[in-house]
Amino acid sequence: MVTNRTWGDRVFNVFLYVFMIFMAAITLYPFLNVLAISFNDSVDSVRGGIHLWPRQFTLNNYREVFTYPTLVRGFYISSLRTIIGTALGVLSSAMVAYVISCEEFIARKFVSGLFILTLYFSGGLIPEFMLVRKLGLMNNFWVYILPGLIGGWNVFVLRAYIDTLPVNLKESAKLDGANDLTIFFRIILPLCKPVLATVALFIAVGQWNSWFDTFLYASSNPDLTTLQYEMMRIMQNTAMSSTASMYGLTAANAPRISPESIRMTITVVATLPIVAVYPFLQKYFVKGLTLGAIKG
Amino acid sequence: MRKLYNQRYLILMSLPFVIWVILFKYVPIWGWTMAFQEYKPHRTFFEQHWVGLAHFRTLFQDPMFYEVMRNTLAMSFLSLLCGYTLPIIFALLLNELRDGLFKRFVQTVSYLPHFVSWVIVAGMFSRLLGVGGAVNEVLMSLGIVDKPVLFFAKGEYFWALVTSIDVWKEIGWNSIIFLAAIMAVDEDLYDAAAVDGAGRFRRMWHVTLPGISTVIAIMLIMSIGNLINIGFEKQFLLGNNLVKEYSEVIDLYVLNYGIKIGRYSYGTAIGIFKSVISIILLFTANRVIQRFNVEGRVL
Repeated sequence: MVTNRTWGDRVFNVFLYVFMIFMAAITLYPFLNVLAISFNDSVDSVRGGIHLWPRQFTLNNYREVFTYPTLVRGFYISSLRTIIGTALGVLSSAMVAYVISCEEFIARKFVSGLFILTLYFSGGLIPEFMLVRKLGLMNNFWVYILPGLIGGWNVFVLRAYIDTLPVNLKESAKLDGANDLTIFFRIILPLCKPVLATVALFIAVGQWNSWFDTFLYASSNPDLTTLQYEMMRIMQNTAMSSTASMYGLTAANAPRISPESIRMTITVVATLPIVAVYPFLQKYFVKGLTLGAIKG
Repeated sequence: MRKLYNQRYLILMSLPFVIWVILFKYVPIWGWTMAFQEYKPHRTFFEQHWVGLAHFRTLFQDPMFYEVMRNTLAMSFLSLLCGYTLPIIFALLLNELRDGLFKRFVQTVSYLPHFVSWVIVAGMFSRLLGVGGAVNEVLMSLGIVDKPVLFFAKGEYFWALVTSIDVWKEIGWNSIIFLAAIMAVDEDLYDAAAVDGAGRFRRMWHVTLPGISTVIAIMLIMSIGNLINIGFEKQFLLGNNLVKEYSEVIDLYVLNYGIKIGRYSYGTAIGIFKSVISIILLFTANRVIQRFNVEGRVL
């Protein structure tokens, strides 16, 4: 009986490891392939057959792509919205979370109710579009920041975390004459670092990856288009992706590398910032996500 | 009054965000009135022509609407079927890995695609599944097909394609919650089961799964509530004119018929219809789950 089980166990283990290696491989392959092509000579790439490693290593694709005005500006706008949007978003969500965690606050139920309801419904695409237009946010940088400033989910993750902090910290600060603003900045925020990191990651990923708000609200302002939006345009217009105007070039200095190489190189540029960060925040976001699921 | 004064900082801190949430989340709800008008942007609210349910009638008479509903429901059911069950299985299997380092590696890798935008994922897959792409190369070298499959040109493939890519992207991420729940299952129960002679599979079935049933129920209710809210990002980015009959979903319909050609009232009516459906689904799921006497509750 016992030997039988260990034998079955062993077969299962082999299957398990093979399966997991397979999962890791199919997850990583597309990324490694893109990376390989981005470092491979553009002319050579057209021959195909490149998988995990560049055949003719070169940095030319990167040098070239970083001369395209549209993409460089897209990179700049994307970075800007990610930095500003994340900073303001985290601060605002944390402030709301703190306020609704204060048991004594008279409007606590009202404020938390307002935010809870937003989890279950939204006005929908068109009413939101009309609102943005009425507020004069069309083709305005702040359209990237303001409408999505606070996510209800983030507020409740933060609040769940604040609730786990010892109450007497706040009370003793109050006795020392600190007001709520001071308590929030001096005591609560520093203690919330792990969960702030989680929320910051979520917001930053959302900001960096979003293209639809550009598509809807800012596509007629070439100074405001983001990297992901430009990327989307290039992907959607495969046929015309070799035209110079797409990259902000004049016809005279048309791209010297193939559309495919351009695409793969931008893919790396657009992916790298996040991929470089998330593994370090893993233990925080796993915790934050669990906290949100239990309390949210 | 004294209380108000004492809480002035809290009021000060919440006021800007109360204004924000009312402006950006509740004012659009007021916009729902557009669905019952022949809305023209230059008119004020009192000058609008009221048309009652006319837009809803137009909607239900449009054959396109039934097509996009079919596509939406088909893709959301597929994603519920796969995008919800596969992460549970993945979490169960991950939990069986004894090697901590290898487990951590697989986990970290499995989260990676979640952080990448759909724009990029769509770009990568159109390459991988293209004529000279790796998938066709493998299929051909294995002799499964003798000429490249045009994955993105066949409407019949589209639903499966979107679902599979979605699973690829989110399986690791969606398993996080289940894995955390599995970790919380009492270790003694496993030992007791082992003493009773239960093997690995029986322990998974009789200890782990019941142990995480609450989380499974909660996640199920939330997924059902969101059935109709599958968005349009994947369909917009992965679809093309060849597969339009299968890729057009409800939100794309709103985008194309509401915003692009300026039929705002009509588009809003579709939005309302969608919200009503999702609230009904949420409540129904909640009730059904409670019938089964599981503790999970969302509302």
